[in-house]
Parts: sequence; C-alpha cells; structure tokens
Amino acid sequence: MSGTYRGAPAFPKAAEASTRDRQLRGNLRHATHTIRAKRARAVAELGDWAQLRAAGAAIKDHTLRHLDHYLEQLEAAVTAAGGQVHWAVDADEANRIVAELVKATGETEVVKVKSMATQEIGLNEALAEQGIRAYETDLAELIVQLGDDRPSHILVPAIHRNRSEIRDIFRSTMGKWGRPAPDDLTDSPAELAEAARLHLREKFLGAKVAVSGANFMVAETGTLVVVESEGNGRMCLTLPETLISVVGIEKVVPTWQDLEVFLQLLPRSSTAERMNPYTSTWTGTTDGDGPQTFHLILLDNGRTDTLADTVGRQALRCIRCSACLNVCPVYERAGGHAYGSPYPGPIGAILTPQLRGTASEVDASLPYASTLCGACYEVCPVAIDIPEVLVHLRERVAEGGPATRHGTKVTIKPARGHAAERAAMRAARWAFEHPRALRAGERLASGTRSVHPARLRLPGPARAWSDTRDLPSAPPEPFRDWWQRTRGARGGDGGRATQ
Amino acid sequence: MSSAGSRDIVLGRIRRALADVPRTERPQDVPVERTYLRTHGERSERQTADLLAENLADYRAVVHRCPSGELPVRVASLLAARGSATVVVAPGVPQEWLSEAAGVARIPDSAGQTAHELDSVDSVVTGCAVAIAETGTIVLDASPDQGRRRITLVPDHHICVVRLADQVVDSVPQALERLDPARPLTWISGPSATSDIELDRVEGVHGPRTLEVVLVEG
Repeated sequence: MSGTYRGAPAFPKAAEASTRDRQLRGNLRHATHTIRAKRARAVAELGDWAQLRAAGAAIKDHTLRHLDHYLEQLEAAVTAAGGQVHWAVDADEANRIVAELVKATGETEVVKVKSMATQEIGLNEALAEQGIRAYETDLAELIVQLGDDRPSHILVPAIHRNRSEIRDIFRSTMGKWGRPAPDDLTDSPAELAEAARLHLREKFLGAKVAVSGANFMVAETGTLVVVESEGNGRMCLTLPETLISVVGIEKVVPTWQDLEVFLQLLPRSSTAERMNPYTSTWTGTTDGDGPQTFHLILLDNGRTDTLADTVGRQALRCIRCSACLNVCPVYERAGGHAYGSPYPGPIGAILTPQLRGTASEVDASLPYASTLCGACYEVCPVAIDIPEVLVHLRERVAEGGPATRHGTKVTIKPARGHAAERAAMRAARWAFEHPRALRAGERLASGTRSVHPARLRLPGPARAWSDTRDLPSAPPEPFRDWWQRTRGARGGDGGRATQ
Repeated sequence: MSSAGSRDIVLGRIRRALADVPRTERPQDVPVERTYLRTHGERSERQTADLLAENLADYRAVVHRCPSGELPVRVASLLAARGSATVVVAPGVPQEWLSEAAGVARIPDSAGQTAHELDSVDSVVTGCAVAIAETGTIVLDASPDQGRRRITLVPDHHICVVRLADQVVDSVPQALERLDPARPLTWISGPSATSDIELDRVEGVHGPRTLEVVLVEG
C-alpha cells in the first residue's frame, strides 16, 4: 500500500469503495468540520483578509512570470551564504542526488521533516533501495509510516485514522522501528503525542543527517522557511550535521518582505491559528549553530510543464495549506486515497494531472473528481480558481489538444472514454446552428409533456447517469414561441423594449 | 552533484513555458499592490502589551509581568516552582537575571555540548529579538542573549524574557522589518503542539512543553 501510486485505479472506482467505508467517512466528517469553523474564525479576525489574499496571488503570479530570474537569484544567495544548490529535472534525479549526498556522509539513517515534495518523488522508497532508512518525524507522517499506509491529506496525512486506530498502530508497530509504545497507552490525544515524543526523541538526539522540504524560499536573501507545529521540524533543522532540503521551484518568493503576506495567510488557512507554534528560517549555514553542511535541491518534476499552460499555471501559486480539502464535499466523502497521489482534494485534482500528465486512467479521471461547487476557490488564500482549471483540464481530457510534457510540446489525443459526451456536444451544436430543427424539437417536447416519464432510462454506459437524474420538465410552450407571441409584435428586438 | 545540464534544462523549460511574457518585461515592471494593513488596529503601548499577553496565553504559554527590578526574583521563583536543578543560559544573558537563583546549577551553552547532554538539563532562560502582539509570537534570532537554536529546543522548560519598552511590535509586517534574514530565526507561538489527531490541537510534542514568558516593564 505504501509509497508508489503506480497503477492506482481511476477516481470513480476508488471512490466507489471509499464512500462505502463508514468509519472513514465518519473520521473525515468529524475532522474537516472541526477545522472549517475554526478557520472561519481565524480568518474573520483580519479585516484585510481579501487584500492579503490578493497580494498573495499577485506575489506568486509575479514570481512565476520571472521564475528563471528568481531561481538564479536564489541560487546565488544560497551559495553565498554557504549552501550548495542542486537542480533536479525529475523525481529520479532528485532521489539520486539525495541518496548520493547521504552516502557521502557515511550514514545509513536520516530523519525527515514532513514534506510534500519528498512524498511526491517517493524519496523514502528510493532511499530504502539504497540501504538508507528514512524516519518520518511529523506525528501524522509517523502514523502513516508505522501503519504502512499512504497519506490522505496535505496537512494531516493520517486524517483518515481516528484516535483509537492510532493507538492500535502505535502499540503494534512502534517497537519494530525503535522505542515501543507504553503497554498501557490509551487513545487520549495527549498520551498519543507523548508516546510519539518518547519514540522519536532518541532518533532526533542521535541524527546526523536530516531531509526537509520548505514552505518558502526567499530569492533576495537565500533564506528558507519551514512552518510547523510540533518541534520535529526544529529538531531536524537544528541538531543534525547535514541538512538536505528538497523544494519545488515554485516555492520561491522574491523578497523578505513578501513573507509578511504568507506568514499571515498560511497558518490561518491551514491549522486555523493566528500563528503556528514554530517557524524556522535559515540562510545557508551559521558557524557553530545548526547543520554545518546544507544542500538545496531545486525540483522541477512537472512544474515547468504546468507553467507552460497559461490557464493551469495558477495551480503553482499553491502554498499547501489544505483549506480546499477541508471544505470539499467530494473530498469529505471519497477521502484522500481515492485521488491516487500525495496531493488529494480539489488542489490535487488540478495539480496531479498537470504534474504527471493525463495519460493514466487515474490522472485523466481527476479533473472530474469535483462538483464544481466553488467552495475551494472561496477559501483558497492565494485565490486559485480551481473550478476554472478543472473545466480547462476536462476539456483537455475530452477534446485533447496541445500540452507540454517533459519540456516538449505535444498534442494530447481525445480520451476514449468520452465518446458519448463528445457526441452529445456535437448534437447540441448542430441543433443550435439549425433554428428550425431546434424549434421543431422544442415544440415536440412541449406537445408530448403529459406523457414524459419522471426519469428516462438511457441504454448502455449512460444508464448509471440517467438512473440518478430526473428528466427536466418541459414547459407547456417553448420560450421562443412565448416571446414571439407576447413581444414579437414589437419588431423582434424585444430586449431593448424591456430596458 | 547534479549535472550542470539539469540546471540548463530546467531554466530552458521555464523560459519556453513563459513564451507569453513579453521578452522586454523585467521583474520590476510587474509591481505587486500591497493594500493590506501594516497593523490591525491602533493601540497604545499598554494595549499592545495586553494583547501580547492575551494571545500568548490563548496558545497556552504561561505569561508573567513584572517591573525590571523584580526580574531576578521572578526568574528564581519560576525555576524553583518547576523544581529545576539545572538551567542552560545563553552567553549574553545578563548576570543579574539569575542572581537570585542560587541553588540552580548554570550550564553554559558550549559548542562541545551534545544533544543528549542538553536533554538532561531542566530549563533554559533567554531573552528574545522581538515579540508580536497580534499573533502572540516571540522571535529568537540567536543573538548572544538567546544562544544557539538547540538550547531553546531540547530542554522541556523555556523561560523567555521580553522587554515591553522596546521589543514588542503589533504585527507580522512590523516584526519582519526588524529582523535580520541572515540570522537563523525561530518564531515561537506557544509551546509545541499538534493538530494531527482528528485535527484537534494538543499541546506538548517535541519542543519545550512549558513556555513561560516574562514581560518586563520599565
């Protein structure tokens, strides 16, 4: 189950199973509803939230327009401050660089700060193949790792587990990874946190190498920022001798001042706090304080392909707060695993098919994993119009068209599964281009309305769709006939008459 | 360790991806509008201090206030109440802060000290670089009165002294103006916590589980 997402089933198939899991749905409903109300309160405290949100979007868009410039500036600043910068085109290259850097230290174990980028590239599995053991230190990542499970939420990867499941995982598997859980462990969250503290402490105090991601990188100063709660981030960023940070190229912001926007937007959107318990910033290395060797790996892995799409590139503004997951009716019912990627929920539905392309069954299904209700756009702290990108990607899946893959322009073929949809659209287009036929059809529908069934069962693959929908009721008189009868005498330009 | 080729490939892909951006456009040609507020409300010095205390306490930091003359007695009483036998002290912490804590062994912050040794120390006493009232945050910048980052991380009890006269700002934007990005910074808002179990906040994971902030007046 853990690690790779290769061969994941399409979203509807995965969701068909997960929506029947009552335990999962109960856990998700409880957790997402808890955070929703809290987030709304935290956001309401700031009267200028709309202005902060607009500035956050503007800073990200500004950076993306000149991403090459800012990455070169960042590289120079990090290098000047004592860090070493590496570039990785894809996941394999990033994993190879990390493995080589760890081997060069002579160590076979690393401690990890929670990082979406390293989840995305499957770093832990790649390191394991090289004989290097990676210990996840974020509480939720620890729960996922001990349970041989996959993350299902950006902020709280073990959101699908409730407290008693977590206790069972700790009791049965902690001993295999290090200090076992106490025999009398209960399911109180405080006791579970204490068990994790004791289990991980021996790892932190002896760790020589740490791997992290970063929430932000400041181009002008070469500063990296990690925003966290538990202190596991501080442990990893402070105690080891070597620090390796794997960061997506879209995480760069131009100036130190820009942090004043994101350090207000992120904590309130993600954990619904005025400020998260700990934020660490570091610029290269500092003599005698913290890791004396620092490597930064700048990761592409599909980001430049996403950047090439002028509609889809707004997904690169994402600061991984997960507010969109917490308000999404589809995510709440289907759960994170159904998205077949470390990025679940609405943002995952637009990010994954852009980072990985739409060739696989699951990736082609993700733009459809939404009701287009727009709640995700409302809460997004950097105003990503997720419904707009979803519709754009649906069009790419159904109609095909130009896209960029691995830096090369390609033409996507229309997906096979959408033949009925395309046929319906062609029929609609023909009807609208032939007014006489449209009028005849409308009159036929109105004339026969007394014998219309409540539901019209369609044959073949359309049956599941038609079985769950009422047939729209036809009006007694088509609108165009009514218009002609009541306003037509005024010369056919009735719109002006009503102004 | 990555080939120079990868750097060129990524930068080349970015430039091709941005074909819609005019070639002559420079980064400074695309200004960002900053219409958001520098602070959220007008406050007197006293009101700012009260808000800081309120927000620190809201996230379970233990807040104390005292005149500067009483600080040594206050620090001594906090260490005694905790039952601390040992305290690690940053090199630049004023001698008088601990002048009344006679029974507590002072451990200097030294480069040779291992994390395991630090783990056996009961408490740590530091100053701070700046405190933010609107968020209830104290920021450490590893100055001599705060020491290396590890000393405020490994011990389970942190006493942080904040001078109300000149170390408190209202907002996050004001704090960033004062801070030096070249220094390693640690922003602390309450003791270590997690929301990882059912998205409900629980205090006390890896960082100090007890954070006491002494706000010094005058």
